[in-house]
Amino acid sequence: MLVQYLLAFIVRVLVGARALWIGCKPSDAVRIYFANHTSHMDTIALWCALPSNLRAKTRPVAAADYWHGGFRGWLARHGFNALLIDRAPGNRDRDPLAPLAQALERGESLIIFPEGTRRAQALPGEFKSGIFYLARQAPAAELVPVYLDNLYRSMPKGTLLPVPLTCAVRFGAPLQRVTDETKEAFLARARQAVVDLA
Amino acid sequence: MNMQQKFFWLFGIILSLLVIASLIGWLLHRRAQRGGGNETIDNLNARIRAWWVMVVIIAVNFVLGRNATVVLFAIASLFALREFITLTPTRPGDHLPLVVCFYVLLPVQYWLIADDWYNLFAIFLPVYGFLLLPALTAAGGDTEHFLERVTKIQWGLMITVYCISYAPALLLVQVPGFSEHGQNLMLMIFLLSVVQMSDVLQYVFGKLFGKHKIAPNVSPSKTVEGFVGGGLSAVGVGTALWWITPFTPLQASGMAAVIVIAGFLGGLALSAVKRSIGAKDWGSMIEGHGGMLDRLDSVSFAAPVFFHLTRYFFEP
Repeated sequence: MLVQYLLAFIVRVLVGARALWIGCKPSDAVRIYFANHTSHMDTIALWCALPSNLRAKTRPVAAADYWHGGFRGWLARHGFNALLIDRAPGNRDRDPLAPLAQALERGESLIIFPEGTRRAQALPGEFKSGIFYLARQAPAAELVPVYLDNLYRSMPKGTLLPVPLTCAVRFGAPLQRVTDETKEAFLARARQAVVDLA
Repeated sequence: MNMQQKFFWLFGIILSLLVIASLIGWLLHRRAQRGGGNETIDNLNARIRAWWVMVVIIAVNFVLGRNATVVLFAIASLFALREFITLTPTRPGDHLPLVVCFYVLLPVQYWLIADDWYNLFAIFLPVYGFLLLPALTAAGGDTEHFLERVTKIQWGLMITVYCISYAPALLLVQVPGFSEHGQNLMLMIFLLSVVQMSDVLQYVFGKLFGKHKIAPNVSPSKTVEGFVGGGLSAVGVGTALWWITPFTPLQASGMAAVIVIAGFLGGLALSAVKRSIGAKDWGSMIEGHGGMLDRLDSVSFAAPVFFHLTRYFFEP
């Protein structure tokens, strides 16, 4: 608990992480927050922008190969309570989304980055299909688009120290559910919802 | 009068003024409530609340002494630089020079004040910072808009770190019969009081009598009536504060006039920068006042001029 407060404080001092609730209000409904991905700070910044009572039941989904072992592993487990997933294609003998769906069933919210990788630019790239399958497995969850502003400038790919800019975290209105929507249409709509917040 | 007597008198006066201002704000608020509220009055009350916080911070800092002042202004510079760079477009290639600005140049500039090293303080950023930053940007290998990017970073650093650091640097001036008794903090209080009173009184006079806009494209709230009325009143405040400074009343009014004019020009120039970036306020840190740089824009122009005039005329 102490580690979490300390982490949130440091992140706010370093990158601001000011939350702007534009399309929705903080709520303890089960939610999937999906955002653009530009830096290693993203996961922590978005998580820190949430009110502390929601932080406790919101789990950032992170890559096991990066947040593994040493200080990072400790931070992921005790700091921001990450849900680590394996992105190596060789190990995919079972559904890689299963742990995510289970977490949603337990009533936890998730933070995901549908691009799958970081990009050093203001607007997100194409979304991968993971979010489509996850949304189908959890029809009750609210899909909240989030735009992380300025983090790509604060800590671009390949750098170690963040420049202490004021970064904003903008929360949009939950995505409407459309029945029988194709994967491509859904992914384009989800990406557009993030772009609209930029 | 010794330092302690000056301190108690000055803060006694400031606190009484704040109590009166808060009472007036409260009465106006109550009257406006019946008419459905008023935005100007809400803004006024937010400003008064922020004033309380600022005065308490400065008073505490006064008790803690010299190094606390340096740290306080270093933090103010940090927030101002952060606001400036946040609103200025940069590219990934600017990361290294920005990291150096925040984590090296800013702390060193303030350490030089704490270390009493005036000669290096005065040239550190204009010479070494000026030469180092473009070299670091060039080493990043990105030549797109090179000159614009380098210029923006340097301009931000000069205004938010170099110019603002002149306020605590007043601690370094040696005025005979004054500085030996550790009274230099009073020079800083004189500067800040005149600048802030000038800002506030120009706002009030502008709201009450403002007709002729000075620079409608740059800052629609600046009027001739506001500048003359507010400026003259602020010079009056400065003159009335002569007893906390080493100046005679006449010298104090001259200094206050210079501070008012420099502060006005600073507000004007930084408004133009804001307009060109497309922002109304630098930030949202201080309720009713916008960001740190909205409060310090006049200080950044007035502090270096006041410092060098004091040093030139009053240091033997």
